Amino acid sequence: MRRLVQAIPTIILIMIGSFLLIKLAPGDTVDALVGDMGGADPAFVARLRAEYGLDQSVFVQLWRYMLKLVQLDFGWSYVYEQPVIEVLMSRLANTLLLMVSSLVVAFTFGVALGAIAARRAYSWTDNMISTLGLVFYAMPSFFLSLLLILIFSVKLGWLPVGGIRTIGAFKTGWADVADVARHLVMPTAALSLIYLAFYMRLMRTSVLEVMDLDFVRTARAKGAGGARLMFHHVMRNALLPVVTLLGLQFSTVLGGSVVVETIFSLPGIGQLAYTSVVKRDLNTLMGIIALSSIIVVIVNVLTDLIYAWLDPRIELK
Amino acid sequence: MRGARRRLLLLGGALCVIAAAAQAEGVKRGGTAVIHMNAEQGVLNPALRASTGVYQISGKFMEPLIDKAYDGYVGVLATEWSSSADGKAITFKLREGVKWHDGKPFTCDDVAFTAMNLWKKLLNYSTTLQANLEAVDCPTPHTAVFKYSKPMPLELLVAAMPDLGHPVPKHLYEGTDILKNPYNQKPVGTGPFKFVEYKRGEYIIGERNKDYWRGKEYPYLDRVIWRFIPDKAAAAAALEAGEMHESGFNGISMEDMVRLSKDPRFDVGPKGFENNVAHSTIEFNLRNPILSDLRVRQAIYHALDTDFALKTIMRGYGKPGRGPIPSAAGANYTDEVQTYPYNVEKAKALLDEAGYKPDAKGIRFKLKHRPAPWGEYTQLWGEYFAQAMKQVGISVELVTNDAPGFLNGVYRDHDFDTASGWHQFRADPAVSTTVWLRSGAPVGTAWSNQFGYKSDKMDDLIDAAAVELDSAKRANLYHQAQKLEMTDLPVIFAMEHPFLGITNKKLKNHHNTPRWDSSSWYDVWLDQ
Repeated sequence: MRRLVQAIPTIILIMIGSFLLIKLAPGDTVDALVGDMGGADPAFVARLRAEYGLDQSVFVQLWRYMLKLVQLDFGWSYVYEQPVIEVLMSRLANTLLLMVSSLVVAFTFGVALGAIAARRAYSWTDNMISTLGLVFYAMPSFFLSLLLILIFSVKLGWLPVGGIRTIGAFKTGWADVADVARHLVMPTAALSLIYLAFYMRLMRTSVLEVMDLDFVRTARAKGAGGARLMFHHVMRNALLPVVTLLGLQFSTVLGGSVVVETIFSLPGIGQLAYTSVVKRDLNTLMGIIALSSIIVVIVNVLTDLIYAWLDPRIELK
Repeated sequence: MRGARRRLLLLGGALCVIAAAAQAEGVKRGGTAVIHMNAEQGVLNPALRASTGVYQISGKFMEPLIDKAYDGYVGVLATEWSSSADGKAITFKLREGVKWHDGKPFTCDDVAFTAMNLWKKLLNYSTTLQANLEAVDCPTPHTAVFKYSKPMPLELLVAAMPDLGHPVPKHLYEGTDILKNPYNQKPVGTGPFKFVEYKRGEYIIGERNKDYWRGKEYPYLDRVIWRFIPDKAAAAAALEAGEMHESGFNGISMEDMVRLSKDPRFDVGPKGFENNVAHSTIEFNLRNPILSDLRVRQAIYHALDTDFALKTIMRGYGKPGRGPIPSAAGANYTDEVQTYPYNVEKAKALLDEAGYKPDAKGIRFKLKHRPAPWGEYTQLWGEYFAQAMKQVGISVELVTNDAPGFLNGVYRDHDFDTASGWHQFRADPAVSTTVWLRSGAPVGTAWSNQFGYKSDKMDDLIDAAAVELDSAKRANLYHQAQKLEMTDLPVIFAMEHPFLGITNKKLKNHHNTPRWDSSSWYDVWLDQ
């Protein structure tokens, strides 16, 4: 609980910093809007600015924004003509779904493959796994995404090109779940493969390191067999650095989802952030930043909890 | 004048002929057309936002008084239009028996309310067009008389109506804050499709209006769905995979456009976008002493190989520009203007004559150039400009920004020497084109005179044409303005090009009007 309270000043600082940073970019949301419309007369532009409160000085705008934020009011998105909170919530589920499924895939397969590679270090299996990991790690996610679309949608026709549901199909219940899952296969693959490579390499090193430690020799001397030794003694200890990375990387996955969501036209937070910058939709962008900071704080607390569970020597204070 | 009036009256009836022609083919009913959109739209009310992105969607729900067909203007919610002799009263006969989607009848009250409260006060471009509108009278429920304080050319108003003439239902807007009215996001109109749902970031669904005024057989489609796919490569893949039927306004990259034009499943081309021709431009900042020398601007024009640019950037779709008014503008266009053919030697000679000799490195002077970020054409055109200038010894530094950055840099801060972009022509020169050349607009207004160009002669021509009622005289004034622009050269209208669309051939009756993507699609059907 104390950790959560400590996070509040951090979040406020982030908000003020981001607000000023966004204000440094040339032009505002009215310019972006006028650009989209292909022009407007001066009276129209002045009226919009006054309506959006953009005719005030930056500090007045910041003060007004922070006042509203304290009351948990994220304001109004002039691009979507909806309250920001509504815009965010309609997309949060999609992003969380994508992030969690990608991280689960990346973590499970990464840890498993890393452990296998370490068990058979310097063998043919190890070499193949390590090389594949390097390839995925080096491949930019936008390229991987387009490659997947080309193969599985255009050539083979197995998977849909983008979106989160089949539009106009109006499926319900399990059919709907299956439909969403089908749409998520490629985005999840594109986003997770890079992180999978990360976890795999880390797990491999970590397992190799732990295997040389004394307690492993002791366990072996006690007669612990291959599987028990691996799962009970080695992997549990080798997981610690991997979990640290998982917690740290949660925020980078949020960043990586911008590209993947844009290409697969998934209506998520990442895609929203991108369009909000282009359209200078300040309120929405600030809402996203606030939401992301909160998510990252929560994930950090969760990481600490997992630490304590994995290694009882670490105490939570 | 009388002759012109009768001709316009006749055109109102042309609609029935088109409707009958569509019946002739073996039309299939039903089906869902899926259409690509690059960007989301916050407002779906064409009486509040004049923008093709809005029309593409709202055009299926809300109809204008008049639309444009290949053979002229046709009545939609208006059936006839005429002007008084002094041009200060314009009368529209409105269509009878038309109902809004909620069942209420469409009458002159709706038109009067919309004209006075939205077209005159809130709609971009329209506020200038309707600045002299004083009142709209309703002598009968289906007659609307527009009263102006200064003469309004009938042909200007008619030409503007397809884009700037969408009525909204008065009973849903009266007494509300119009800008915050919820129906701006869930439009209620008279069109062949009813708005169903807007899922942000995903899609918009429109469903068949069973009570459409053109008759029970229309529209042929059951549904229209617009899908938002911001990534152009992904959009091309969706078209190729058969998940979408159409993408308009250069919604996919030129590379994919050319590749898919060889695929027998698709129709690719500029047909159906004639109402939206644009110019690719080079814009000068005349505040810069070097560029204020006419010889330098002429030299730059001579150094541009527009044919090469047309072939490589626009893949042959387009033609060299001849001043501010495009050839698609009909009678108001003339090609009897001064031209500046590609000639590097002449360009160099002109620069020498102006006193800008190359230094040891072969550089005469430097320019700060801002290319507009309006997509592929403008990006490449800006790069070509830098390349072409190098040939004649002008060093160009490219400053790239996103849309708000570009608009501020060019229109508010005037922090540029040259800029490249495009300028869209909107049916009549008075709607948006002349605004660009007239002096006196407040600083910072996008697409107003950013060049610092001031010519009393040009201002007089523009002002005179705006109130001239005689078509021939009006056209003559615009010819003069075009000629003057081509000699003064505050901006080079280098190339005139249409937008391109790609359509799956399953979609029938597609692109059969010059503003098809914005039209109502009552006669579109799917062959499947």
